[in-house]
Amino acid sequence: MKQAYAWSAITAIVLTSTIGDVLLSRAMKQVGDVGELWRRSGLWTVVSRMLGNPNFLLGVLAMTTAFYSLLFGLSWGDVSLIAPASASLTFITNAVAAKLFLHERVDHRRWLAAFLVAGGVVLLAA
Amino acid sequence: MTSRKYLVLAGVSLCASIGDSMLSRGMKQVGGISLNHFSDLILAVTNPSVAVGILLLLGFFASYMTALSWADLTYVLPATSLGYVLLTLIAKFFLHETVTTSRWIGVLLISAGVGFVTQGPALTHHPAKSHEAACEPTSARQQQ
Repeated sequence: MKQAYAWSAITAIVLTSTIGDVLLSRAMKQVGDVGELWRRSGLWTVVSRMLGNPNFLLGVLAMTTAFYSLLFGLSWGDVSLIAPASASLTFITNAVAAKLFLHERVDHRRWLAAFLVAGGVVLLAA
Repeated sequence: MTSRKYLVLAGVSLCASIGDSMLSRGMKQVGGISLNHFSDLILAVTNPSVAVGILLLLGFFASYMTALSWADLTYVLPATSLGYVLLTLIAKFFLHETVTTSRWIGVLLISAGVGFVTQGPALTHHPAKSHEAACEPTSARQQQ
């Protein structure tokens, strides 16, 4: 039963952090190059564009949910399972979501990078 | 990719890994916080390690958002995972912790992943630009 709770927390963390990353990435592409915008129009323009973007606000909400899911998960299960499993799976789900929803060109090099980093994170936390 | 952009990616890696470590260290110094003494959580911010940790995580968020404004998500995430490698090196050479063989293999895998992804382009799709192009009047496009 404890394992089932832990894996439901991992699923929630992976799902919400992937949704958050995709929404934040979409929002920042809509805002534009932050460095360029800052030089051209000032910091206030950058901040107001970010805060006025619905994708940004939803992204922050999703990331906050991911953070609380992690806290709940850590109170139910072992940190040695939840932290590496959620961190490494997020690399893979982000690659899938970025291809599907952000239309990024995820070539073999990027797939390989996502799997290598995911594997590396698991080994580091083991 | 300019050197400024590499600096932003380094900022994401460094702020996330060092910020997490500082928060962890600070919260261990503060000790367990119960729901009955919730004000302790607010007072925890006065611990120097926690305060520096929060500042670094704010720095992480700012540099992560900056990186996402000019690079793909599938580029930024693996490229900034170098922070895990840095933490292992800090643990080994500064904190004199024992790093097992499996962790060294993990370091190698992450480094290889970062190497692969940084060889390619940072941006493969720009939805804002394609949206602008779609909104652009036909006459304006014909003049170009």
